[in-house]
Amino acid sequence: MKFFYHIGRYVLLMKKAIGWPDEKRMFWRNVGKEIVAVGYDSVGIVSIISFFMGGVMALQLAINMENPVLPQYLVGLGTRDAIILEFSSLVIALILAGKVGSSIASEIGTMRITQQIDALDIMGINSANYLILPKIIAGAITFPVICCLSIILGIGGGWVVGDVTGMVPSNQFILGLQFMFQPFYITFTNIKMVFFGILITSISSYYGYNAKGGSLQVGQASTQAVVVSSIVVLIFDLSLTTML
Amino acid sequence: MIEVQNVSKSFKDVQILKHLSTVFEEGKVNCIIGRSGSGKTVLMKSIVGLHEIDEGRILFHGRNYTEMNDKQRKEIRKEIGMVFQSGALFDSETLEDNVMFPLRMFSGMSEEECRERANFCLKRVEVVNKNNLYPSEISGGMQKRVAIARAIALNPKYLLCDEPNSGLDPMTSIVIDNLIHGIVQEYNITAIVNTHDMNSVMEIADKIVFIYKGEKWWEGNKDDIWHTDNQELNDFIFASSLTKKIKQTLK
Repeated sequence: MKFFYHIGRYVLLMKKAIGWPDEKRMFWRNVGKEIVAVGYDSVGIVSIISFFMGGVMALQLAINMENPVLPQYLVGLGTRDAIILEFSSLVIALILAGKVGSSIASEIGTMRITQQIDALDIMGINSANYLILPKIIAGAITFPVICCLSIILGIGGGWVVGDVTGMVPSNQFILGLQFMFQPFYITFTNIKMVFFGILITSISSYYGYNAKGGSLQVGQASTQAVVVSSIVVLIFDLSLTTML
Repeated sequence: MIEVQNVSKSFKDVQILKHLSTVFEEGKVNCIIGRSGSGKTVLMKSIVGLHEIDEGRILFHGRNYTEMNDKQRKEIRKEIGMVFQSGALFDSETLEDNVMFPLRMFSGMSEEECRERANFCLKRVEVVNKNNLYPSEISGGMQKRVAIARAIALNPKYLLCDEPNSGLDPMTSIVIDNLIHGIVQEYNITAIVNTHDMNSVMEIADKIVFIYKGEKWWEGNKDDIWHTDNQELNDFIFASSLTKKIKQTLK
């Protein structure tokens, strides 16, 4: 029953949040701020993780495919497809659910318990629209961009590590990257990232917006936001992969 | 003028406000007093619509707020300035941006005009040369003053202050009290101040409403309060031995 209770409240909150903003100038200023907070501030961690993820992926593939029958370029192909289809979307989304999700939930939760949201409401401002919509738009815009960055760095990591360790020659890796490349994979992974961006920002906002009590409860809301966002991302990943 | 008529409010099975009626007069500082948990904050939040009341009516200059839709309420809310117990300043914004916030949202002024008005309000509450500081970088008393500046930025008709002196030393409390009193008289605002600080009540109250267990137990002015026979009110205001001595002396 609690599941349906949360679904209902989430839908009602989104209904309140999604609408034409009260003041467009302030709204776009907030969208800009959120793009920085959600996207730009995540570039560092995403870059590091993507590079190493690609490197490890290439190494694991190279070790497990040490067979004269299997051509070496398959390492490049395997790294490319794994990075594009799952790692740069799903894994990065899960990481962002932790980083961005907890930050959003604790920011809005703190605003709730310190009565800043009440202050917005009393001024006659739709607080849900003012606080949540810019985050959702920022998530939908920046997640695909971050995903593209992750793909480039992940594949780059695989290439560099394969070449430096001597396990996959550079020309073989590049041949693998080009072999049977499906451009739709990029579209597909970006469609997923738009969904993940919207889900993570909106679910985290929901938990923050409904936080009650003190700092302990804000912490709990933040944890719940990360857990629920991660589970929903996994469910949507499976559903979208089946559908697309 | 704000009229509260027969207002009741419950949370789950606990009734917080019980058929409460009173009038908060225009151009006056109306103080709501009462013990912690008596329903003062619930009443204030009900007046501004943060809590939906179960029964009764709330009228702002005769306009029935209780029966209004969201759009109509939004218009009334633009006429209300509220100072919260914690100040409730936006901690990601500078002091100047905090005061400019309602102006940017609703005034239709240019950025320069908003800044000018914000500076005027900050000067009015005696916060100068601190425009670019953040709320965390200033004292509690100054946060309250900035909250008042934000509350008056749009020239409100109604000013509601929820325990404006909580957590402040007596000297700073007097500064805040005088500021509220001065602003109310200057702009002819209907002010409601929610407090259990009797010094503050004696300093600024034009009308006093005493709430006891969710009911209006007593109302009057600060001259009447010294001579009341109301037992619960006497217990509340003469709680300390010092105030008891003062009352004895007055008698």
